[in-house]
Amino acid sequence: MSATVAAPATPAPPSAGARGTDARAPLTGARVARRVRGVLLGLLAVVIALLWAFPVYWMVLSSLLPNARLRSTTPTFFPTGATLGNYRSVLSGDSFTSALGMSLAITGLTVVAVLVFAFFAALAISRFRFRGRLTFVVAVLFVQMLPAEGLFIAQYRMLSSANLLNSVVGVSILYTAAVVPFTIWMLRGFVAGVPIELEEAAMVDGLSRTKAFLRITFPLLAPGLVASGVYAFLQAWNEFTVALVALPAESARTLPLWLRSFLASSASRGVDWGEVMAASTLIAVPVIVFFLLVQGRMTSGLVSGAVKG
Amino acid sequence: MPSTEAPTAPPAAPPARPTPRRRRRGPGAAPYVLIVPALAVLLAGLGYPLFWQAVTSLQEFGLAQQFGQPPTFVGLDNYARIFSDERLWAVVVRSILFCLVNAFATVGIGVLLALLMKAVHPAIRIVLQIGLLLAWAMPMVAAVTVWKWLFDWRTGVINWVLVQMGFDRYEGHTWLAQPLSFFFVATVIIVWMSVPFVALSVYAALTQVSDEVLEAARIDGAGPTRIFWHITLPLVRPVLSIVLLLQIIWDLRVFAQIRLLQDAGAPVSETNLLGNFIFELGIGRQDFAGAAAVSIFVLALTVLISWPYVRNLLKEDA
Repeated sequence: MSATVAAPATPAPPSAGARGTDARAPLTGARVARRVRGVLLGLLAVVIALLWAFPVYWMVLSSLLPNARLRSTTPTFFPTGATLGNYRSVLSGDSFTSALGMSLAITGLTVVAVLVFAFFAALAISRFRFRGRLTFVVAVLFVQMLPAEGLFIAQYRMLSSANLLNSVVGVSILYTAAVVPFTIWMLRGFVAGVPIELEEAAMVDGLSRTKAFLRITFPLLAPGLVASGVYAFLQAWNEFTVALVALPAESARTLPLWLRSFLASSASRGVDWGEVMAASTLIAVPVIVFFLLVQGRMTSGLVSGAVKG
Repeated sequence: MPSTEAPTAPPAAPPARPTPRRRRRGPGAAPYVLIVPALAVLLAGLGYPLFWQAVTSLQEFGLAQQFGQPPTFVGLDNYARIFSDERLWAVVVRSILFCLVNAFATVGIGVLLALLMKAVHPAIRIVLQIGLLLAWAMPMVAAVTVWKWLFDWRTGVINWVLVQMGFDRYEGHTWLAQPLSFFFVATVIIVWMSVPFVALSVYAALTQVSDEVLEAARIDGAGPTRIFWHITLPLVRPVLSIVLLLQIIWDLRVFAQIRLLQDAGAPVSETNLLGNFIFELGIGRQDFAGAAAVSIFVLALTVLISWPYVRNLLKEDA
């Protein structure tokens, strides 16, 4: 079926047999077919890429167009006549600034706590064998699978009885607890990747154990710490579910909660999608930038159990 | 392997079990000191709520308790009450269906895109990867907001495209008003957000399949379909099963996307998933005991499903 050519003696399976014999002239038909197939696949890939990125493009595009244009029955697909008006009106309200402040405080506290706690714990489990180590590791792995949705009512009750609802500290504790397990696991890989012999060599050369660690091992762990920090940042910055229960007050909103209420208040007067998209873009852009920086590390961390080596 | 019987074992039995790498001083207190902070925050943020939840699920926790009366122990009454409620079962069935549809759709599309990445020219592959990464990077709330705009009934671009294609009944179509199309939109959003992780992980696994093996199969006369089913698939199976498992675990806990879509005026009781049901029970109706019972059920389900994943990770922990 692969070509009109006189078939080789063996009933070659379609198209695959072509490869070994492509020096022979009569097979050009098959080669053309393969070339066409390649081009079609390439086209398909480009179309899928555009489709997949389209919502992101649409968000940025709409954020730059005045509401009147977005209201028209025919959509505008290209940023002709773009303005920053939507951004100006989003930023003019003080609700954005207060949400930004809240998000920065919570995210900052979470990132610092996660890095310190996870780094210590990762050192413990990768550099020491101690009684209870396996229990700790198993507990960490299980705890990271627990869904916030199965715990948030209890967390809400706990915070409310400790008077920590609407507080930076309360949410940060919950976020740190949620993010620390995965970061311990991620950093454990990094620490284990620095051979202990390096440290020992430095100790033979006369450094104390602490100094050997600080001068030799620690610098090698920097990439791991950066990746963990960005991971914690992304988790805390984007988090919605726990924030929804732990920060019920309007004044305590983080950016995701703020975006939701911004849409709700806009909806009451027939949504101004331009402003809503400007608000979304403001939240999304730092995340996209940070994300692209660490993406590789995060993927491999999640599936490394499966990918050998 | 009791060491007293060593002489009977002929092969040069290494004298001891592989000794831990760091032994010179014995670990002492150091590792315990190092895990204290992490342990403390885990106990405060997860351990105590878990404990509270287990206890509360066994107690009467009504209005009287809200006003300070000590709760009374009622055994499994809350579970009996909740699990005889057919609304819960409707939610459970809906959640499981939703989870499976999303997980399999995500993994299916992800695998196809991974194969596509493998097949195309490197430059085009990078274009595809950038498209996927952009979607993956979007913060969830922003993503749902954009999709609401895309699906907007009046000026949304999706209705516009459908009308241009000749489907006139989509003029002014409200996607979020009926449960079925509501879940269709939710599925589109979740699949869009989750496919990049699957596609890129599977692609990474595909690049590990050695060209020699594929070449050998080709020389032996195997066609592309047979190569896929008999060579490629078995080789990437470990990654596939992990990715599918993670997807199932993640899609079982979908809460926020549903909550945000419900804001647009969807019938709440018909679109709730498990997380939303718990939220409504606990925060909405202040039925903490009932919410605790359902939560324990969800957690038990999660731990059960997660077990293979955790075991797999543990293998890595030499």
